Amino acid sequence: MISAANLSIRLDGRTILSGVDFSAGPGALTALAGPNGAGKSTLLKALCGILPGTIRPDPRRVAYLPQGAHAVWGLSVEEIVALGRIPHGDRARAPVARALALCGIAEFAATRIDRLSGGEARRAMLARVFATEPETMLLDEPTADLDPAAAFQIMRLLRETARAGRTIVVVLHALDLALRYADRLVVMDRGRIVADGAPLAALPAAASAFGLRFGRDDFPHLLPD
Amino acid sequence: MTRTGPMIALLASLTILSLLLGPAGFGLPLPVILWQLRLPRTLLALLVGGGLGVSGAALQGALRNPLADPGLLGISGAAAFGAVIAFYWGLAAAFSPALPLAGLLGAGLGAAALLIFAGRAPTGPALILAGIGLSAAAAALLAFALALAPNPYALAELTFWLLGGVADRTLSDCALAAPPILLGAAILLRLGPGLDALTLGEETAATLGIPVSSTLRRAALGTALAAGAAAATAGGVGFVGLIVPNLLRSRHGERPGALLLPSLLAGAALLLAADILVRLAVLILPLNAEPPLGVLTALLGAPFLIVIARRLGR
Repeated sequence: MISAANLSIRLDGRTILSGVDFSAGPGALTALAGPNGAGKSTLLKALCGILPGTIRPDPRRVAYLPQGAHAVWGLSVEEIVALGRIPHGDRARAPVARALALCGIAEFAATRIDRLSGGEARRAMLARVFATEPETMLLDEPTADLDPAAAFQIMRLLRETARAGRTIVVVLHALDLALRYADRLVVMDRGRIVADGAPLAALPAAASAFGLRFGRDDFPHLLPD
Repeated sequence: MTRTGPMIALLASLTILSLLLGPAGFGLPLPVILWQLRLPRTLLALLVGGGLGVSGAALQGALRNPLADPGLLGISGAAAFGAVIAFYWGLAAAFSPALPLAGLLGAGLGAAALLIFAGRAPTGPALILAGIGLSAAAAALLAFALALAPNPYALAELTFWLLGGVADRTLSDCALAAPPILLGAAILLRLGPGLDALTLGEETAATLGIPVSSTLRRAALGTALAAGAAAATAGGVGFVGLIVPNLLRSRHGERPGALLLPSLLAGAALLLAADILVRLAVLILPLNAEPPLGVLTALLGAPFLIVIARRLGR
């Protein structure tokens, strides 16, 4: 469970979020969509307490995957995933091994992350969040750089994990992924939440936020599987 | 721990070699040579090398840059300036511990200035910029002091000291250098998880529960103590902090926390080996004095940087 009430964020004199009420609970995969600059990433950062004036939750409870996450050094995939244990202050191997397997990168455990393809590296970064075994995951574009098959696989994993009782909020640019896999779609535009509900119900608001003109007939191939 | 075993064996053999090797004669009894000439020299090489090695590893991790070095933050420059001031006013001639004490004072003031310049919540780039500023100021003041040197003899002595070395030091120099170097190393060795988390960037490290600003501040403080005391007692021995972690990455991996202790041990081994080479050089080459230790580390360091550059360029 994670929430923010009447959240306004101003950075460098610009209003990024104004009066946002948001909460997400366990059991459903929540997707956050909206055009560039809508405030999605800022909302995630505020929820994990890394913006000035926001409250930092217990790092064992809430884990965060930033947009375009990358590592500076050539750590092995296993070392990257084990960073997820830092909040617990242990070097437990079992959660690391589980996370590697769940994200489908166990075979790369000993490979340096900078030797992986973009999509494999992304999954390693996601596995780091899984290794923390948090109650809440805040994931900014976890499927960027992934080919469609890998993106579907990750979205399926996130949906199953959420439905098994975790709280997962995922920022997505690809509306089709949100429609197929999310249980709830929250649409943001210019620092506000403009729609919130079942993905199909929220679709028209999403379409207009993106400046698109289409109805659900334009997405026959995107209906939930 | 098993990986540090060979390094500890190497250190032990180098220490024995260092105690056995060196100029003798002058009619001095063996115990005097051993305890008053070679032991301080050996101890100081170990302390200074270890302090510089662990400082380099911690700074490279904290600033996420393989080119970070204690010299980069200006701490060594500030220590050298402090020592030069002691020389300049003849304090060092009147009272021999004045030189390292003034160096330590310079390093301490430099570290304080660095942390003030970098602001209340320092980030990596802020720390680097503040360090470059401090470095430039220290270098300018040093050049000014050299220009005002009272006589050519003092100028030569200053220049020679700035080239760095551990020869002709006493056990009381070691006693002065050891506490800050050991304290600094202890601070840096505890930064492992924080430096590991910083691999993912400052924001993500914060969400892993790492206090980022305080980690950076402790990295600067530990470096000021360890590398500052090293510069205060051994002069301008460069490149050790830069080379050692880079040498170890292919063997120990690139996780910053995994490089701290190996860098301490390897830094100590490298500087002691370099000091043994300096003593051998005077026996083998037609030199009438030992080459300065700092000259040797720079000569070893320069080609090494070129090797790194070529590896990066490939």
